[in-house]
Amino acid sequence: MSLITCKNLSFEYDGILAVKDINFSVPDGAYLCVVGENGTGKSTLLKGILRLKKPFQGDIIYNDELTADSIGYLPQQTPIQKDFPASVSEVVLSGCLNSLGLKPFFTRKERNRAKSNMEKLGILHIKNSCYRDLSGGQQQRVLLARALCATKKIIVLDEPAAGLDPIVTQELYEMIYHINNVHQITIVMVSHDIQAAIKYATHILHLQNTQLFFGTTEEYLESNIGEKFIGELNV
Amino acid sequence: MFDLLQEMFSYPFMLRAFLVGTPIALCASLLGVSLVLKRYAMIGDGLSHVGFGALALAAALNASPLTVSIPIVVVAAFLLLRLSENSKIKGDAAISLISTGSLAIGVMVISLSSGMNTDVSNYLFGSILSMSQNDVLISFGLSIIVIVIFVLFYNRIFAVTFDENFAKATGTNIRAFNMIIAFLTALVIVVGMRLMGALLITSLIVFPALTAMRLAKRFFTVTLNSALVSIICLWSGLILSYKYSTPTGASIVICNIMAFVIYSIIQKIRDTIIREK
Repeated sequence: MSLITCKNLSFEYDGILAVKDINFSVPDGAYLCVVGENGTGKSTLLKGILRLKKPFQGDIIYNDELTADSIGYLPQQTPIQKDFPASVSEVVLSGCLNSLGLKPFFTRKERNRAKSNMEKLGILHIKNSCYRDLSGGQQQRVLLARALCATKKIIVLDEPAAGLDPIVTQELYEMIYHINNVHQITIVMVSHDIQAAIKYATHILHLQNTQLFFGTTEEYLESNIGEKFIGELNV
Repeated sequence: MFDLLQEMFSYPFMLRAFLVGTPIALCASLLGVSLVLKRYAMIGDGLSHVGFGALALAAALNASPLTVSIPIVVVAAFLLLRLSENSKIKGDAAISLISTGSLAIGVMVISLSSGMNTDVSNYLFGSILSMSQNDVLISFGLSIIVIVIFVLFYNRIFAVTFDENFAKATGTNIRAFNMIIAFLTALVIVVGMRLMGALLITSLIVFPALTAMRLAKRFFTVTLNSALVSIICLWSGLILSYKYSTPTGASIVICNIMAFVIYSIIQKIRDTIIREK
């Protein structure tokens, strides 16, 4: 069963075709890494999947279980968040908003959900700390916990390791792998860290304004494009 | 102190100023938290200038000030919001354009109709005498609407303020929320402008929120602090203005400046203590 299927998809940016001819599907439980150099349409595709940007051509077909309010998202940090006065628990709880429906306030159910996700990511002890005072790695964990609150199926991540040091990056990747493996949550991640991608991902989508490769990680390692791309980075 | 208050409230216009000012200050401070954090504070400034133009127009047409200015300012609010959301146009420059433009139109209308007189000064810097019984009712009604909407949508306002993209991707209609916030801001500005003046009304939106952010570290406490600071500063400003016969709007802003300085000093002291630990 695939959660998301893209057919002949293309996106336009300011009248220029940013990325075209995308055909792939995200199987349930997969860990898909979208790789490619900067400015090759990765983030644009992600925005399309999240329904933040309309496709220029083609279709994105979602599994019936996957409405907009069942997708978790870990966006890149915005300047606004850097000095935002909010506690960790306030931020995590805001991820439960899409399950509120028409109710105005959170109930015990949402609070417990937020609490268990904070526990999963090891941030329960800092739940009353101010978000802006945390380290980069801790902030990403908070946002990951919020994404977990918003979904039971799939999390979409946009360069989650941007600006983190190598050790913290490693921890974050392990955590995402754990979420995928143990909690059975499908992962779609944009990254330019190809080494981490081949280490953790089950599927790879390689973009360069068009689709160069889509398949499992094993197939990618054996393909010409995969060999070439990884080879270039190793030199 | 008690005598002073008693004497002050024996004047109906002072009582009205308190009755109009308190709910307006409360609403402005609640909306201000979201506007400041979203970097939309300039919209408030733009709207107050549009409001000035609208008031001048109302006076020239001999129409009731609020019935003319509310629709004009609400339309301007939606327009300014669109300009700010659209990154292709330079949002801040566009806001300056609209605000200075409306100011100029307002001045022209006044000088052609009644000539430059004290009205202009009242519009720009506010006048405590311009509050009518009607204003009291309108500002109460308005504040109840703002507070009910704010409380009911508190969690959604937080989510949209903290991270628009996340809220949008997970199924919240952020456009509707931005429009609600812009609409409420427009109403608060129109009603508050006659007390505070077109040039000073934005301070009610910006100051309490920024002051609260010096010390509070949670969104909830920022909101509460902002409301509290705003009301206390308004009251002290009105008392100051009565006691020393200073202009009302400016006196309230002076109190807000003092609150900001006090909060900043406490923040400095607290940070030093934390660092030394």
